[in-house]
Amino acid sequence: MIAIGPEPIELETLIAQVASPEHGAICTFLGTTRETSPGDERPVEALDYEAYVELARADFEAIAAEAAERFGPLRIAIVHRTGRVALGEASVAIAVGAPHRGAAFDACEFAIDTLKARAPIWKRETYRDGGTAWIANTPP
Amino acid sequence: MALRVLAFARLRELLGFGERTLDVGASATLEDVWTSLTASSPEAGRLRASTRFARNGVIVDGTARVVDGDEIALLPPVGGG
Repeated sequence: MIAIGPEPIELETLIAQVASPEHGAICTFLGTTRETSPGDERPVEALDYEAYVELARADFEAIAAEAAERFGPLRIAIVHRTGRVALGEASVAIAVGAPHRGAAFDACEFAIDTLKARAPIWKRETYRDGGTAWIANTPP
Repeated sequence: MALRVLAFARLRELLGFGERTLDVGASATLEDVWTSLTASSPEAGRLRASTRFARNGVIVDGTARVVDGDEIALLPPVGGG
């Protein structure tokens, strides 16, 4: 399951997509929007995400395939919001179902790290003082 | 040759378009496309080092040549997650 769009994320939907009788583990990750960025003390009022949707979808598919190559048979769901995301809401969610928890944890971490490093998605913070800034990810 | 050009995030704001068509000469490269698009926006032009190009959905470098009908995307540093 791959999805990129403005709809709020429902984790149960992702979990249902990766569940399997052959799996003994489901690992999930939610990335939620935060009120401050590192190195900037201005409180954030709102966050907006923008995506190159076609390329981001292809990239999510590639991340899922790479995760399966590295960590063995698994099912993976990756969902990312676009548009305005209220503070504290999930902007990204990943669920991985795998036969054992080690692969599920590893694949989930790999997926979010890889997504943050390269997926063509951008985040703009709007501050309470009215200013805005595009925030680039830093390496983990 | 007519290209479809997409600009995202800060580049979209600085260049003033999210999508436009651009006419370029035969055998133009992506660097030529960048130079043409940023001629009227020095602030955008200064972002070249941090900008990646995609041609028809594939990341390519500035020496890649474009052909009629290509979709070119200008990608600033990403911030998803």
